[in-house]
Formats: sequence, structure tokens, C-alpha cells
Amino acid sequence: MRALPAGARACVLCVVLVAGLCVLTGLDRRTPWDAVVLLAVLYAACELLTRCRLLAHMGPAGAFFPVPLAAVFLLPPSAAALVAVPGALLGRVGRRPEGVRRLWRAAELAVAVWAGSWMFTVLDGRSPAPGAPSGLGQASALPYVLLPAGAAVLAFCGVLALLDGAILVTAERIGVRTAWRGLFLRALAPHCVHGLAGLMTAVLWRSPYGPPAALFVLLPMYLSCWVFAQYQREHEAHQTTIRALVQAVDLKDRYTRGHSERVGRAAAMMAAELGMDEERREVLRIAGILHDVGKIGVPTRVLRKDGPLTPEERRVIELHPEYGHEMVRGIGFLGEARAAILHHHERVDGRGYPYGLAGDRIPEFARVVAVADAFDAMTSTRSYRRARPVAAAVAELQKCAGAQFDGRMVAALVAALEKEGWNPVVTADEWGAGITGAGAGVGSADGGAETESAGAGAEVGGGDAAPRGVRASLLVGQRGNVPPWVGRRGWRP
Amino acid sequence: MCGGCAVAWGWSERARLRGLGLAAVVRGAALLLVLVAVGSTLRHGPQQPGIALAFAALICTGELTHRTGSDTAGHAHAPLSTAGALAYALLGHCAGIPTTHGVLQVVAVSAGALAVGSAPQLLHARTRTPIHPRNRTPLRHRLHTSGPRLDQPVRRVLTVAFAAACFQPLYNSGVVENRVGQGPGLALLLLVLLALTGLCEAVLAAALTKARTGHPYGPLLRDEVRALRGVGAAVCASGVVIALAVAVAGLWALPVICVPLLLTQLSFRRYAEVRATYRQTIASLARSTEIAGYTLPGHARRVAALAEAVGRELGLSGEQLTLLEYAALMHDIGQLSLVDPVPAGATASLPVADQRRIALLGGAVVRQTGVPTEVADVVERQADPYREQPLTARIVRTVNAYVDLSGECGGGPGGPLGALERLRSGTGHDYQSEVVESLARVLARGVALPPPG
Repeated sequence: MRALPAGARACVLCVVLVAGLCVLTGLDRRTPWDAVVLLAVLYAACELLTRCRLLAHMGPAGAFFPVPLAAVFLLPPSAAALVAVPGALLGRVGRRPEGVRRLWRAAELAVAVWAGSWMFTVLDGRSPAPGAPSGLGQASALPYVLLPAGAAVLAFCGVLALLDGAILVTAERIGVRTAWRGLFLRALAPHCVHGLAGLMTAVLWRSPYGPPAALFVLLPMYLSCWVFAQYQREHEAHQTTIRALVQAVDLKDRYTRGHSERVGRAAAMMAAELGMDEERREVLRIAGILHDVGKIGVPTRVLRKDGPLTPEERRVIELHPEYGHEMVRGIGFLGEARAAILHHHERVDGRGYPYGLAGDRIPEFARVVAVADAFDAMTSTRSYRRARPVAAAVAELQKCAGAQFDGRMVAALVAALEKEGWNPVVTADEWGAGITGAGAGVGSADGGAETESAGAGAEVGGGDAAPRGVRASLLVGQRGNVPPWVGRRGWRP
Repeated sequence: MCGGCAVAWGWSERARLRGLGLAAVVRGAALLLVLVAVGSTLRHGPQQPGIALAFAALICTGELTHRTGSDTAGHAHAPLSTAGALAYALLGHCAGIPTTHGVLQVVAVSAGALAVGSAPQLLHARTRTPIHPRNRTPLRHRLHTSGPRLDQPVRRVLTVAFAAACFQPLYNSGVVENRVGQGPGLALLLLVLLALTGLCEAVLAAALTKARTGHPYGPLLRDEVRALRGVGAAVCASGVVIALAVAVAGLWALPVICVPLLLTQLSFRRYAEVRATYRQTIASLARSTEIAGYTLPGHARRVAALAEAVGRELGLSGEQLTLLEYAALMHDIGQLSLVDPVPAGATASLPVADQRRIALLGGAVVRQTGVPTEVADVVERQADPYREQPLTARIVRTVNAYVDLSGECGGGPGGPLGALERLRSGTGHDYQSEVVESLARVLARGVALPPPG
């Protein structure tokens, strides 16, 4: 609690108080305690499953909302809010301070559930007198219940977004506008889906088939959350494996990876500047990371050679785009990235390799990667020269625009640099620290065959002084997208 | 490289014919059933056409939103359309009014909707991948590969027919109403019924896969039953939920319940896609040693295919087979750390100390690739004496040695028989004799190996 800013403490305290009021004021003798207990136990069990270490891989990644939402439709406001409390208190918390986070989550969820249930009652979705035979389970009720149910989900989602934003503002000191931007809209779709599942649970709960039938609705939803978590896990593993492809090159030629990551980053920045959608940006980033993967096919002795290359060796090195293309051709999703790997050494004037394509015949992705590649080669330190300042590199690129590079891509890079700046050190990473000591890949930090293209110094070799031991910012960045206070909740669109 | 090992022909002729015979009988039965069902439905006119249409639309939607991507074990995930068909089979009431459709109408409706829903996909697949005449596979091999695609609808029709045949006569005769009533008992009864249906489907699916591939039955059945725990449970529960929800709230329940289920289906699909991409990436990583000139083209994939076959023969299944496949694909990756390639990449003929060094280097590389650590363990210990190895590492070691010694395509000195002989003489220390013998059985039966390159 001590680490929290005073504003955040006040915020948590307020919400806890409000939640307490919500729960305690409405409970009386008419509360359907059996349903409350059953739902609370059910929700707690769902959340506990994610905590159990043995079963952790079976649980969903975030809170499992269909149960609280079913409570919204089934119970009066205070009782529904009470249902959410034990589960939220017991659920998995990823970060410290755990106690405060649990408390916050429970209070937040209780208030949101209370708001949803209140809305549902006000709009007469449930017969107003609790305990009286409800309209939910009747055959003709369903289409008429949809409207109040939708409003209830909106209220639930709105309150959650509001409170999430509030804690972001007070605890992380994020600007009000940034904190709330997109929070509600992003959460709306998953909450609506969970809301429909909750509604179906409520309908079956009130039907003659009773609570057991209602449980069956939750099973597919639970599995769906689980699969989604698996998907995220597998996706992360896949990202690591993509980098492992580069790491394989790194065994032969030690500088490659820091360079690859930085080129990937520059390419992604340029893609954003060129107005590409997120999927293409991601593919372009991977294209940048993998552009030199074909160097795996170049004999180690040539890659590590000190001193000038013979024409024969130069020809061997110039084969690397084709090797790279051959290597990744089995990876379906890369699509345009494969073309970028094959053509990243083409020049717009047609004097590049391997095919001597000119102008627009060079694939767009390849033109982007060529610029990013040359830029990073110039701005990073090599064994044979120091890094040039960003401004000098940009000037050089602009000089070569039209001959070696596509002017539009150079302009995109310049614009991106103006917006975001360039901080090459953060992308170096700790990979391979364990390997370099073990294999024959040691002791060549000074090595590097160099075939610098005329003018801009698009590189093919060289020793890079990228410090190891700094965590890959890209890896962290992916997880860092989730605001720290917002628990990872099932569906993110 | 010789082309002879591109497709090594099927297992012994008699077993193959028996397998094809079973598959033909099952397919024929399904076709006959569908024809009879459609004929009878058309002759008597469909009962309660509104309900039939709604469910047909549901099945169609489910089919249209799922792509034919099937995971490694060949399970195609179309949970929504399967659940919809099962729910129609288990539908006794609609908004409180008893339903009148019979078993044959269930089969006709679900088969028709399935055909309509999957038609665009089939057309798309045909127009998108024109096969060059030179690359066309021989008919015998095509039968192999077209199997899973044909098996899917056959299995679906038979499963739905089974569920309907179990439920509809019982329910319509009033036995269920008298014994169980309209209460929680009915929900449980439906679930038990669907669990039974799932088991029957697993038995059928494993038999069909065995007929197609010749893999041993036990592990296949185990795989199918294991799949039942995940997707299967979701499908069964969804089927029950749809049937009950429609019974309570009428056809309005269909869209309400289907949106969440559609999302379940989408998440399954995304999961399958990322898994497929992941496999492709691992295969590319495995190819890096080939591009770098350390191993012969296709070596890693050949070892992986043979290792998988041996693993199945030894009763491995599911996750273990995946681990084995990854380890086999990446077993040579440590060679990347060598400045000069080993001649022809044949590590089996190197001194033991070098083999172990390469294995250790490989393990260190694999550890950082994001695959499960078990894979790295296997790669690391592939050169150890077999008594110190886990089973998967024994398999990788034996299969790799066989592929190296037999000269990749069986054209080396001594050929396959000579290589097996040498493996057998090493069973005291290096290779486990059970693994060698099951390798021999797999080879005798024949296994489809990827071509070089």
C-alpha cells in the first residue's frame, strides 16, 4: 500500500466503501440466499482454477465474467454484487501489491455488477418482486428481455471502464484522456458476448431444467477462454521462435541479432508512417527481423573473414537473400515478408541484387526494409568505424533517395524519426549469452566481412557492439500493452 | 538424391486392403443413410419446417465460419455446426410445444446443411490450388491424403444419426417423460447421451484413421478420447444447451446462444492457426542446417517423419508426439556452431565425444527457441547411452542413426538392411533394442517420407 500514490489510495478506499454500501444496504430476508451462495461458489471455483498451479494451464487468462453477468440477470442488485466478491478476492493476480489489487478488483466488480443489476431491475427485465415467479424462464420472454439485458451489460461495462480509467489516472499518473481512450469500446464487444452467455445461463436457471442446465452454458465459455489463453501462450512462443531463426544466424555471425531487431523496429515505425494496418505492420516488423536470415547459408569462414573480400566471396555473400527466401518459404503467414527478404538488396535504379529489379517492380516491403537496413547499418558502431549520428545517416539516405532507395520510404523514415526518435540501445537483448561461451561462435566480435554498397553503406557484415544482457524491449513491449492495473480479462478483440 | 523414398509405399498389401475395405463400408453406409433420409423426408414432407430451417441455418453458419484447417491429429474444429446438428437430434420441445421430426429428418437436415455450408470451401480449395500435372500425386497416394477430408462429413452424419436414434424414439414414445420428467434430470440425461455419442465417434474416428494410415489403434483411440475432453466436451455441452434453450425459449434462443459459441469457434480457429504457423517456423528453423550446408536437404523432416511413426508404434500419443517431432526436427541444430560442416551431416559416424558436444550445443540453441524445455532436453541427450535417455531421445537417436547409416535414401553402403544390422549390433549400449525393432516394423510396413529438398 505504501508504494501507492495518495490519490490512488483514496480512489481504492472510495470504491471499496461504495461497494460495501452497495452490498450491505440491499440484503434482507427476501434475498434468495441459495442462489447467491451457489453462484458465488461457482464464480470462486472458476477463478480458483486459474490459480491452482497444477491446473493453471487449464484456466482462462483473465476474469471469467459470464457468472457475474448471470448474477446480474438473476438477482437483485445487492445480492448480485455479493456474488462477485469472493471470486474476485480469490482470483489470480499477476503483480504486486497483490492484496490491494485483489481488494480493488473485488470492489470494482461489485460496483459494476450492482450497476448492471440495478439497470436490469429498473427496466423491468426481471419481475420486480424478488422471489416471485420470474419472467425469464417463460417461453415468450426472451425477445423482450434482450433490451433490458443489453442496457444492463452497457451499465456494467461502463462502470468497469470508468473505474479502470480512474485507477489508471491516480495510480499510474496517466493523462485522463489517454486513460479513458478506447477503454470502454475495447471492452464492449467481449462483455456483450459474456453478457449473452450470462443471459442464457439465467434463462436456463429459471427454466424447469434448473441450475444444472445453466452450468452447461458456462462450460463452452470457459473452454473458449482457455483456448484464448492457449492462443496467447502459443503466440508468444511463436514470436520467440521467429527470433530463434535469427539466433541461428547469430551463431555464425555474432552481430546479426541486435541489428535484426533494430531493423524490424525501424521497419515497423515506417509502416505506421505509411498508414499500413496493424497486421501488415507486424508482418513488416518480422520481415525486418528476418531480412538477413539467409546468411545462415554463407560459409562461416567468409562471414567472419577479416579484411577485404575477393570477388568470389562477395558473390557468395550476395546469395544470402535467396538463401533466406528458401529458408522461410514454408512459413505461410509471412506472405509479403518473404518477398522483402528476397529483394532487400535491390536498388531502385536496378543495380542491386539478386534480380536487378528497378523502381516499382521491387516489392513495397523490400523497399521499406532496404531503407531500415541501411539506416541501422550507418547508425550502429562497427568494428571498423564508429556509429554515425542519426542526422548524418538521414542526410546520406536522402542523398541516395531515387538512386538506391525509394524516396517515399526515406521520407517515411524521416517523419517517423521526428515523431518517435531513435534509441538503438534498448533493442539489444540478452539472447545467446549462454551460447556464445559454449560453441565455436566465440571470439569473432571483431570479425566481419564487409561488402558495403556504394554511398549509403547498406551492410552485409561487421561486428556490432550491441550490449548483451539488456532485456529485449520488443518482448516486454508486447506484454506492456496491457495497463498494469487492468487485469487481463478474457476476450480482447 | 533418389526419388524412390519420396513416397514409400503403404504397409503390407493385405492390411492396406482391409483398411480400405473398412473405410469403404463406413462411407457407403453413411451415403446410403443420407439418401434414404433425404428420400423419406421429401416423400413425407418436412415436419415443422420452421424449426428445421432455423437449425439448418445454424449448421450452415457454423460450417461457413470455420476454415478447413485441421490440427496435427486431423481434428477439424467446427464446434458450432456439430453442436447445432446434435441439438437438433436432441430437440424434444420447442417453446413448450413437442417436436415431431424423426431420426431421418434429422439426418437429412444436417447432411443438407453440411453440404451447403461446406460447398464454398471446397470450390475455393479447388480453384486456389491448381496442381501442375507433373506434380500430381499418384492415385494411391491421393486416397491417403483425401481421406481426412472425406472422413469428416461421414463421421458427422453417423454421429448425428446415432444421437438422434438414441433420443428421438425414446422421447417421442413418452418413456423419458414418464421416467425422468421435464427437469434437471432431462439435462443430465442429454449430457450422458451426448457423452456416449462422443465415445462412439472416437471409436469410429480412430478406426477410420487406422484404416487410412495403418498406425496402431490404441494410441489413436487415446488421442481421440483426449480430444473429447477439450473440444468434445464443449461441443457436447453446447449441443445440450442449444436443445434445452430452444425447448424453453423457442427459436429466439438460437441467435442468443450462438454468438458466444461462434466466438468459441473463432478462438479454436485462431489457436489452430497459430499452432500451424508455429510448426512451420520450427520446420524452417530445422531447415537452417540444410541451407547452411551442414545436413542433406530434407534430412530433418525425414528423421521427424520416421521418429513420429516409431513413436506411434511404441504407443506415444498427443503432446509427447509433438515434442518428439520438434526434437527430431531440431536434433542437428547444434551443428550450426561448427565452423566446418561434418561430411554429409552424418553425425552418427562421428566420435562419441563430438556427437555429445554437438548435442549439447543443439540443446543450448533449442532452449532459446521458445519450444517446451523437454524438447531441448531431448536434443541435448540424444547422444547419450540409451539407458540414460528418455524414450523420446532414444527414438531420435536410433532414427537419426538409421537415416545417416542407410545413406539418407537407402542408397548408402549396405542400404537399409545393413543400417538396421548395425543398429542391432549397437543395442548393448547405444540403441534400445525395442526402439530398433519397432523401427524395423515401421520400415517393413512402409512410411511416407518427405522427399529431399
